[in-house]
Amino acid sequence: MATPIIELQGITKTFGTGAGAVTALKDVDLTIYEGEIFGVIGLSGAGKSTLVRCINLLEKPTAGKVIVNGQELTALSQKELREQRRSIGMIFQGFNLLMQRSVLDNVCFPLELCGVGRKEARVKAQKLLERVGLESKKDAYPAQLSGGQMQRVAIARALATDPKVLLCDEATSALDPTTTLSILDLLKELNRELNVTVVIITHEMKVVEAVCNRVAILADNKIEELGTVEEIFRQPKSLAARQLIVPGSQAPSRESFGAGRFWRLTFDGSEKTEQPLVAEMVLRTGAPVNIVFADTRALNGRIYGQMILQLPENELAVTEMGRYLTESGVSFEEVI
Amino acid sequence: MQLTEMLSLIVKGFWETLYMTLGSTIVAYALGLPLGLLLVLTDPKGLKPMPVFNRVLGIVINLLRSVPFIILLVWVMPVTRAIMGTTIGSKATLVPLFIAAAPFIARMVESSAREVNQGVIEAAQAMGASPWEILVKVILPEAKPSLIVGAAIAVTTILGYSAMAGIVGGGGLGAIAINYGYYRSNSNVMLVMVVLLVLIVQVFQEVGTRIAQRLDRRIRERD
Ligand SMILES: Nc1ncnc2c1ncn2[C@@H]1O[C@H](COP(=O)(O)OP(=O)(O)O)[C@@H](O)[C@H]1O
Ligand SMILES: [Mg+2]
Repeated sequence: MATPIIELQGITKTFGTGAGAVTALKDVDLTIYEGEIFGVIGLSGAGKSTLVRCINLLEKPTAGKVIVNGQELTALSQKELREQRRSIGMIFQGFNLLMQRSVLDNVCFPLELCGVGRKEARVKAQKLLERVGLESKKDAYPAQLSGGQMQRVAIARALATDPKVLLCDEATSALDPTTTLSILDLLKELNRELNVTVVIITHEMKVVEAVCNRVAILADNKIEELGTVEEIFRQPKSLAARQLIVPGSQAPSRESFGAGRFWRLTFDGSEKTEQPLVAEMVLRTGAPVNIVFADTRALNGRIYGQMILQLPENELAVTEMGRYLTESGVSFEEVI
Repeated sequence: MQLTEMLSLIVKGFWETLYMTLGSTIVAYALGLPLGLLLVLTDPKGLKPMPVFNRVLGIVINLLRSVPFIILLVWVMPVTRAIMGTTIGSKATLVPLFIAAAPFIARMVESSAREVNQGVIEAAQAMGASPWEILVKVILPEAKPSLIVGAAIAVTTILGYSAMAGIVGGGGLGAIAINYGYYRSNSNVMLVMVVLLVLIVQVFQEVGTRIAQRLDRRIRERD
């Protein structure tokens, strides 16, 4: 995992000029390593699509450097850039298949662009269709396929030129949950078998959870937080991360709690749902606590999220509570 | 006039109409198709943005499109004479028909090409396709059904223009309708001409629509 494959250095993208200018990315630095499945998550309008489109220069950054595969794309001529794009596959929310071409011919398309002969292209396309489980549909047209099948064709097409990188812009956002999982499984398999680096753009935490190794949280046109998926889940530092991990949550400000001492408990998934943690703690210490805020969710029988407790006056009880929480493996901090 | 004489006149007029309509449409496509694609390509948001050129081309096309055909017919007579050596007959009519059809066709082609899903064009760009490859391998094939429907509309429109040319000495069914039906008040001839013209329009339109539907792969075939 040590070789960088995608490097974004100081990427800024501003659309338009003057009063109507919109800045979609502000001085973003990001390094993605070979073989990773890297997630970029953020709310709508955060700049996710712009970020991923800057990687293959579908969007030309206003400032900054893009290096993919050791090549500085931002320094290439149009012709050289087109050449390099063959080693960067991309799939989209809307699939973007050629509707007037058969499934097989869609997969042949990028090979045609590289000048691969018709026969050779068809053999390769056929293999790729088998790989994504659609060999029986090779003569069908995209309009005859379901969304999940269309995305499989798009994946086969994106892989036709043996790219090192596969960019996925909301590739599962138009699909139902079951189909989403099957597409994510396929991406995982392809990542493992072909060692293709996968960049997944999404607004859904469950997508990141399902496949990503590392994740960047994009908010306000910059990367708010970056780390392994477990790290981010365990200790979401930024507000943006917390909002995404527990959808709809927004911890109230300290002022709104009033006087007293407060602790923020963070549940990172090491607690099981069946464990009545807070009740147990109250029983043990004999001191009642006031839950002023709670936003947790259960995932596969484990708890994620946070809770804010107002502590009792009794210092002894507080110390006891701290000990109990530490024993139970719940991280907590004083809210100041 | 004898019936046989009338019949042979009509047959001749029919062929002249077809000749003028199809002849000028084909030549006009040779210019209009590239111009239409150029309009899309050089759009400020297109694959090869050339805003000034795009604007000028758009204005020229609009100017030509805004001259009523009957005026154009008379106005371009010197040009017609210079090219064809005469201003009467079906061959001479090809010139004004071409001048009227080319900008019309350019707009039809432009609108068909714009219908192509922007996402598909983007996907091709991401695969490293050049603007030329995108034009030839993506835009034209994806727009094919729409282009064919457009061609049927172009042919029927130009057919209507060709009939107008009868007023100033053009040939074809329109000329017969004017010379016999109108100047000699032969209402039977007029009726036959109208029926024939309507039939030809119907046939072209129907054939165009059928071909477009047959070729369009977006239509779900359930088996
Ligand atoms: N082509 C464009 N022209 C102008 N503004 C754009 C364009 N593309 C994106 N933006 C703006 O940039 C911001 C980020 O957009 P985007 O990257 O699409 O966000 P996301 O994919 O996270 O929803 C938004 O405010 C959007 O309106
Ligand atoms: Mg987006």
